[in-house]
Amino acid sequence: MLMKRNPQLNSHGELIHLLSIEGLPRAVLTQILDTAGTFLSVNDREVKKVPLLRGKSVFNLFFENSTRTRTTFEIAAKRLSADVINLDIARSSTAKGESLLDTIANLSAMHADMFVVRHAESGAPYLIAQHVAPHVHVVNAGDGRHAHPTQGLLDMYTIRHYKRDFTQLTVAIVGDIVHSRVARSDIHALTTLGVPEIRAVGPKTLVPGDLAGMGVRVCHDMAEGIRDADVIIMLRLQNERMSGAMLPSAGEFFKHYGLTPEKLALAKPDCIVMHPGPINRGVEIDSAVADGTHSVILPQVTFGIAVRMAVMSTIAGNQA
Amino acid sequence: MLQLDAEALYAELLAGVRPLMKPDSRLVGIWRGGAWLAERLQRDLGLAGAPGVISSTLHRDDFAERGLASGAGRTALPFEIDAAHLVLVDDVLYTGRTIRAVVNELYDFGRPASVQLAVLVDRGGRELPIAAAFAAARISLPAEQKLALARADDGRFAFSVEEA
Repeated sequence: MLMKRNPQLNSHGELIHLLSIEGLPRAVLTQILDTAGTFLSVNDREVKKVPLLRGKSVFNLFFENSTRTRTTFEIAAKRLSADVINLDIARSSTAKGESLLDTIANLSAMHADMFVVRHAESGAPYLIAQHVAPHVHVVNAGDGRHAHPTQGLLDMYTIRHYKRDFTQLTVAIVGDIVHSRVARSDIHALTTLGVPEIRAVGPKTLVPGDLAGMGVRVCHDMAEGIRDADVIIMLRLQNERMSGAMLPSAGEFFKHYGLTPEKLALAKPDCIVMHPGPINRGVEIDSAVADGTHSVILPQVTFGIAVRMAVMSTIAGNQA
Repeated sequence: MLQLDAEALYAELLAGVRPLMKPDSRLVGIWRGGAWLAERLQRDLGLAGAPGVISSTLHRDDFAERGLASGAGRTALPFEIDAAHLVLVDDVLYTGRTIRAVVNELYDFGRPASVQLAVLVDRGGRELPIAAAFAAARISLPAEQKLALARADDGRFAFSVEEA
């Protein structure tokens, strides 16, 4: 049987694009996490910049709005000495009817070396990766409901930072899992890194039963879902992605699934609470938890820069 | 086959580094072999604290061809670099490219007062205007041979020559 090669890897099994965590071997994930550790220490230097991407141009193509992710990618690229070009695509050429591949062809003619792409359509970064020149690299910064691999990796970095070892952990992912590309990337990464118990927690409308096929335990009861958890990953209730009445109300959701200090007491005493941001206080998470001692939400943002530096320098250093 | 007694060369390195040290000089070992040497020199010279460790990874000039080396070590300088007198230590001096990268790396942490270089073996083949203040041995090796320092569990050093 002819095996189709993972389009993210070259013939030596090295990462040349980051499109999804699904299908990446553990060694590739671990190497990115190790490299991120090196880059985290760059923050402690007088000169917070290294020359690995000097002379390279990184184009941030955000077809969907995002402040945090785009900013952290921009900081990461600049710390690697790349030139960064931010395109507000939503308001420019596509609005004039240019196709995605025409946009990419034009930007490639401007000597782009890397595209960081966020798109509402699942698979858009794959399409771009298939059409760029061999020396050009693509990073998926979130595509539709499909994947958000750098968020997945930074979540893994955060878990490893606080828990050291993945193989004894219980991780609960709570909230709007059906719409969440973060949840999908986290589940693939946690599975690959050997986490024995992954729970998907939320109402039936947001946590479909077929998730069990991904190797997770589906819990519709919050208390059952977070009991004795080492890590709780809260997801944002994605109003903008929600069509139709999947929930009675935000207040109702908070009552059952919002993370409060009382519910958090069910988890392990040293449990960490994560959230990809932006947080909705009083919708999925109580302020007392978001600002409390278990919360590692802000360190996640800091780690995100180092992880994105690791991803960009890793793929830029590998040839197609 | 070339035979190098790494332990005998280390004894010469120790004697050669001693006069390079000013009262407030610091040792900085280049990861990996140089860091091992600096660790032992620090002890044998009776210096307090830990020596610095420096990695060339983030300033290498062959990043575009080779990418990031995995497990390439991390710079850890447990003292001020500004105005410090530093002695860099490495196992093998060859093209000089690692030293160039490491000096750039140093400058990300501050402006040293002086930087000198001491190595176990200078194997010639320089591609940059870089010289060691002290080399325990100067030899000539064909380009296809790779000289690598190893440290045994008991801390003893040995050299191996590999065909690249």
